Amino acid sequence: MSSDLDTDQPVMPEPEGPPDLPAVTPERVLAALALLVPIVAMLWVGSYDKLDPEAGGVPFFYWYQLLWVPVSAVFTVAAYLLINRDEKARRAARKAGGAR
Amino acid sequence: MNGVNVPALAVFVLFFALVTVMGFLASRWRRADNALHLDEWGLGGRSFGTWVTWFLLGGDLYTAYTFVAVPAAVYATGAAGFFAVPYTIVAYPLVFLFLPRLWSVSRVHGYVTPADFVRGRYGSKPLSLVVALTGILATMPYIALQLVGIQAVLDVLGVGGGENANWFVKDLPLFIAFGVLAAYTYSSGLRAPALIAFVKDALIYVVIIVAVIYIPIRLGGFGHIFDVAGEKFAAPKATGSLTVPENKQWTYATLALGSAMALFMYPHSVTGVLASKSRNTVRRNMAIMPAYSLMLGLLALLGFMAIAAGVGKGDKTFNTQLSVPQLFENMFPDWFTGVAFAAIGIGALVPAAIMSIAAANLFTRNVYKEYLKPDATPADETRVAKFVSLLVKVGALVFVLGMDKQAAINLQLLGGLWILQTFVAIVGGLFTRWFHHWALLAGWAAGMVYGTWKAYSIASPATKHFGGNSAEIPGIGEIGYIGLTAFVLNLLVSVALTLALRAAKAPESPDETRPADYGAESGDEEPRNAPEPVTAH
Repeated sequence: MSSDLDTDQPVMPEPEGPPDLPAVTPERVLAALALLVPIVAMLWVGSYDKLDPEAGGVPFFYWYQLLWVPVSAVFTVAAYLLINRDEKARRAARKAGGAR
Repeated sequence: MNGVNVPALAVFVLFFALVTVMGFLASRWRRADNALHLDEWGLGGRSFGTWVTWFLLGGDLYTAYTFVAVPAAVYATGAAGFFAVPYTIVAYPLVFLFLPRLWSVSRVHGYVTPADFVRGRYGSKPLSLVVALTGILATMPYIALQLVGIQAVLDVLGVGGGENANWFVKDLPLFIAFGVLAAYTYSSGLRAPALIAFVKDALIYVVIIVAVIYIPIRLGGFGHIFDVAGEKFAAPKATGSLTVPENKQWTYATLALGSAMALFMYPHSVTGVLASKSRNTVRRNMAIMPAYSLMLGLLALLGFMAIAAGVGKGDKTFNTQLSVPQLFENMFPDWFTGVAFAAIGIGALVPAAIMSIAAANLFTRNVYKEYLKPDATPADETRVAKFVSLLVKVGALVFVLGMDKQAAINLQLLGGLWILQTFVAIVGGLFTRWFHHWALLAGWAAGMVYGTWKAYSIASPATKHFGGNSAEIPGIGEIGYIGLTAFVLNLLVSVALTLALRAAKAPESPDETRPADYGAESGDEEPRNAPEPVTAH
């Protein structure tokens, strides 16, 4: 039924990194939130599906979504910085704990 | 159609010649020692840094068809066509979560395609095969549509010959363009589109920026443009509106989300990502890619400008795909029309090259090496991939010439829906090994059948089948994107069957990846248990 390869395969993935750094850190939570904000804002179509107020002759519907392009980039940059910090901390912890 | 626009054509040909030379010279760019390895031809040596990747991905994802079709949709339907903007806004935060993991595990194990990853993760040949075939199937019509983009500009330039011309004369420019493309892709691999992407993207940026400043000034400002568009949509029997009708909001949101999820399932997107040199390169790109989205949004507004400029007004048979090329020709001086058309034409070549490389990689790695010649050397793989890239392009050409354009558009629509059905296996697999590979196979099949059947049964005024991409979502009652509904079905089937199979103690298969592989960065000094790239598994 099974080869010797799969007998000791874990079904669930092990947590990454050494045990002293939990899978959930403030950096990771904040990064996830930062990524979630633009997604929610864009999928909530009812919040921007209207013509007024206009900006420079462009109806709200259009300029609002265009504005979200750079705003989403700012959130993604924030997530990038947070995750970078988190990974640095993990690397440092792994070094201190001795790599596997 | 009016006569040949000579100055525009001259500029167009000039740029075309420039990128052709660049395409052939690209094989010398950053050349590695082992040119026979598939990593070299098919992934540019996995060496691209942040900026090269940015240009490459931008050139790859924002295709000529996008540039023609998005404003065409806005021209025809107004707000509903604008969904491309939230789609690209949602895409990058979404893929930020999983693409770095895909990059890392692919680097550690030498994976070249998403199907390679599925093979390694689930130890399942059939699952890997369906992921590969779905990828090839979804990519082929996409390549064909790039030709539609080139055809649109050639038509407006007056060298397309119109509908009545002899088919050979009509399509000769297309043959030349694709012959040249095939030749330099064959010789230079991914380096050719990477280098040409610089020219393409620079041209596109210049054209769009000029267009959104110059055209509104000539048309009397944005206020006037939207007034005219509003009048057009308010007319009796007109389709479209300036905002999304309330009963279409779900459609708008689900199309944006579903398309965003599908975007990085496409093999050509994955090729662009895996060609980057580090995990952080991928992340940084997710933060700077929105520059292209901004451009796409401005481009979409050109659809309204075409309305305001009276393009196609009163012409019942007007091909909406020509709205933006025609707008450019009406508005710009001839020489700049040439620049704009060169941007669209070259904009077709870059993605077509990357798509054919991606399809060739899939065939070579997941069909040829897996089933036909398991002991293939890297040199064999490269040879086969180069040959297949030619076949794929010939196939796309035959497709466009042999079938009607509606068929290509239908199939591209289905392509997005199909490729989305690989999401559970790929993205699920990046985070957990919980899913059983049989369950994933069943989920994929359920999503494919449901989505295709639903799409088939939609009629529109233009076509009896495949007349749209949205239908009622069972259980919610709103109209939503079929692809996303099929994805949810796929996920539910995968979860339910996994639970059942686990309860029945169905046999497991080996997983060659380790948790640490998913976080690996280039230059990590961790010991690697993987064999040399490409000879893996």
